[in-house]
Amino acid sequence: MSKEDLFKKMAQSIVDGDAEVAEALAKEAIDAGIDPLEAISNGYVVGVNQVGDSFSCGMAFLPELVMAGEAMKLAVAALEPEMQKRGSERKMLGKVVIATVEGDIHEIGKSLVATMLGASGFQIYDLGVDVPADKIIGKALEVNADIICMSALLTTTMVRQKEVIEELDKEGLHGRIKVMVGGAPITKDWVNSINADGYSEDAIGAVNVAKKVMGI
Amino acid sequence: MTKKIKSITNPKLKLEILTPSEVKQIHDATLWIIEKVGVRFPSEKALKIWLASGAEIDWDRKVVRAKGELIEKALKTCPPGYTLSARDPQQDLPLDGNHVFVGTDGCGVEVLDIETGVRRVSRLSDVRDVARIADATEEVGFHWVPVSAQDKPPETRGLHEIKTIWENSTKHVQTESIYNEREARAAIEMAALIVGGKDKLRERPVLSLMQCSAPPLGHDGGSLDAALLAAEHGIPTGFMTMAANLTTGPATLAGNLAVGNAEVIAATALLQLAHPGAPVFYAAAQTASDPRNGSYTGGGPEDFLYGAAGNALSDFYNIPLSMGSFATGAKQPNWQAGLENSLSTFMASIVMSDMMLGVGFLHGSRIWSFAEMMMDCEIFSIIHKTMQGIVVNEETLALVTIAAVGPGGNFLSQKHTRAHMRDLFLPQFMDRRPYNEWEAKKDDAPDWALAKARKILAEHQPDPLDEKISLEMGKIIASLE
Repeated sequence: MSKEDLFKKMAQSIVDGDAEVAEALAKEAIDAGIDPLEAISNGYVVGVNQVGDSFSCGMAFLPELVMAGEAMKLAVAALEPEMQKRGSERKMLGKVVIATVEGDIHEIGKSLVATMLGASGFQIYDLGVDVPADKIIGKALEVNADIICMSALLTTTMVRQKEVIEELDKEGLHGRIKVMVGGAPITKDWVNSINADGYSEDAIGAVNVAKKVMGI
Repeated sequence: MTKKIKSITNPKLKLEILTPSEVKQIHDATLWIIEKVGVRFPSEKALKIWLASGAEIDWDRKVVRAKGELIEKALKTCPPGYTLSARDPQQDLPLDGNHVFVGTDGCGVEVLDIETGVRRVSRLSDVRDVARIADATEEVGFHWVPVSAQDKPPETRGLHEIKTIWENSTKHVQTESIYNEREARAAIEMAALIVGGKDKLRERPVLSLMQCSAPPLGHDGGSLDAALLAAEHGIPTGFMTMAANLTTGPATLAGNLAVGNAEVIAATALLQLAHPGAPVFYAAAQTASDPRNGSYTGGGPEDFLYGAAGNALSDFYNIPLSMGSFATGAKQPNWQAGLENSLSTFMASIVMSDMMLGVGFLHGSRIWSFAEMMMDCEIFSIIHKTMQGIVVNEETLALVTIAAVGPGGNFLSQKHTRAHMRDLFLPQFMDRRPYNEWEAKKDDAPDWALAKARKILAEHQPDPLDEKISLEMGKIIASLE
């Protein structure tokens, strides 16, 4: 298979949301001695953009977007060892630490945002659900995160978002680390009152908000 | 003065949404899910009960796998019916399969201010205002906590909310916003004050509890502990699934019903294993996520089908049902709101769901609108009337009168007309005026509905709660702050 054919197939595997094929093609590329970074940008990313465009004009549905994101994640993971070997690194848009706040076990919205941001070129550190403030901030410092994303579904747990921001303010970290919040009870007024940097009502919107708070 | 409560009873309309064999298929699928896939119960208490009952437990993932026989046997001790008590016993609600009651919807976070119309964060005074207005209407049979009292501390918010409702209404209170053992214990103590002791609560449960599941196939630990405590005290308790097509459930309706059913009956079985015979109810508010953005839709044909399917399942288990109806996704009281709330409530009514939740919200149960509340009450009244069907007998066939009028006359001056004209439905908020009259004012249902809500709030004086009880309730709350 020519390099161009391989790239086309990579793009198609993302459009199809076929993680297994995407992963197998990544290994094929390594065996053929293709630069992983080239495979990502000329292969997989083309597919991601195609799904994104088709979604924007109302043709593709959310599950297709999620499946594309997951296929992309696996493909990149398969290329990772080769990238390390070559000492090359994928240029990411930013590092994001994401979690559902303490006392709250609602996961799906948070995971969707993580998938969308990951597929759009952000490095994701997903801490899961019911995560205390110090753990969120600790991880953000450890990985030198650009953004902290926090989800809450309950009016009684959304106050935790405020606590994290207050802690960041106290430590003088809020300028360096931006904060995005989300969840069903989250409103614009709440976001303003706790001085968060961004929020989106849905996972797709979160990508643009993340780019905006990063000034991209 | 006691207000009578409107309920749908002795309906003439019927609908078979699922055949008995289809219900059985869903039940079998549900048992397969509980046995092979399992349901998450992140509560030590709950897991110990499952362990003692012989279920298989994955302690790391807190997932319980139970055999079908265990679930079926446990469900056999559910009482098929019971009464939800009200502060005023004349407003008690029999959940006997022959009454459909509607409540206020709950858990909202914002309110369209009753005076200014401006959208703002909800607070305790809104809980009070909704309770007072609901107390005055004959359509609202019981209360959910309508909106979150966000001006109160999170750790006792749920208690402030129910205290305020009891202080402003004599009707039954069901809370869906107490989901930990600590608050549940205090809530039970507060309820006991009304009926004169915890032992009397069993007989006169003036409080009931609704807990949301955490779909797919999971529960919240605090919710489980609160529910177990409530069941121990004979407080009616239900688990509600909101499993939604595409996101928290499969894209197909039957599969999503099975996922939701597994959540509800597994948790219901747990309560029965712990406290056999405890009053429980089935609760469901299933929906489809929007395929484009994954959002909660709060309406659409899938919701209407789920609205009727819920009762087919709860009837199969022979326990009362609380069904999510209303809850439009519309942002304003408009075409979409009227359409979604009418059809969802009609479908839940025609199968005789015992409780329907509920009136008052916009934007998928997030923004409270007093106008929507009043219009939802009218929707219920219209359905109430529709459900009475067409009565056919000598009197209603009216042959004597038809003969008296003859060809070409009119029926306006007939005694039969006078005797029956008040049987016809008289809407409060439908525009039947001449066109010119409308054109001069261009006002509409939401304007009249809001005016009515304001009038009730200004004029209605609910029977007050004994001040001593209020004070005691306050002390219980303060002890947790």
